[in-house]
Amino acid sequence: MSAGIPILRIRGHILVSVQRELGDDVVEQFQRDVLSAIEQARGPTGGLLIDISGLEIVDTYVARVLADTAAMARLMGRQTVVCGMRPEVAATLVQMGYYLETVTTALDVDDGLDRLGLPR
Amino acid sequence: MTLTTLVAERLPIRTEGDVQLVRRRARELAQVAGFDAFASAAVTTAASELSRNALVHGGGGTAVLERVHDGAREGLRLSFEDQGAGIPDVESALRGGFSTGRTLGLGLSGSRRLVDEFRIQTAPGNGTTVEVVKWCRFRR
Repeated sequence: MSAGIPILRIRGHILVSVQRELGDDVVEQFQRDVLSAIEQARGPTGGLLIDISGLEIVDTYVARVLADTAAMARLMGRQTVVCGMRPEVAATLVQMGYYLETVTTALDVDDGLDRLGLPR
Repeated sequence: MTLTTLVAERLPIRTEGDVQLVRRRARELAQVAGFDAFASAAVTTAASELSRNALVHGGGGTAVLERVHDGAREGLRLSFEDQGAGIPDVESALRGGFSTGRTLGLGLSGSRRLVDEFRIQTAPGNGTTVEVVKWCRFRR
């Protein structure tokens, strides 16, 4: 079974584009899929880029899923960058007092790949 | 000031899928009411937090989503009712960072910051009802 979220390999990095709601029903599978992809993508560089530009809403539950996934990747030795957060999503999370400080963020996929050290 | 209800919708909260439906319908109502992207994200996120609280902490319940008008402006009134154990210490729960489960911590206190009006009724053993109103301030 798959969470239905495409996981792409891009020059040693892993790019996940979350385009659908991360409900309880897919979260666990999503995290397993991402961690398996990290394990399979053994290489000298290899970071994890999670693009959330497709998410219209990020509530504290989804924010925690993102932070947890980044923490799991870190334990495996890989850096995570979350990119593409919409302005209204950023405003809403901060208004709620959720700063997602443990997660590195970037404006978009290009910016995210820069953060992961991929040369242009 | 009297509130007129323009549209009301009652939705059960029994499953994760129900939480997603409440979120989707709240978003659609916000857009019809003329909320901008920021206000729409705020009220939809509050709907998501509060319906998940009703599911996770209240063992399920009911959401009522309404488009309301007070004579001068339009808004959304959302209420979430469950028959769960209730919240023993509401003050702590509203301060945030307090959680008996996975989500209550920032969900309840955060939701309050996202809306214009926030009312909560809860008592140990008697369930919890949270009602929020968000007014449409800037039209799209």
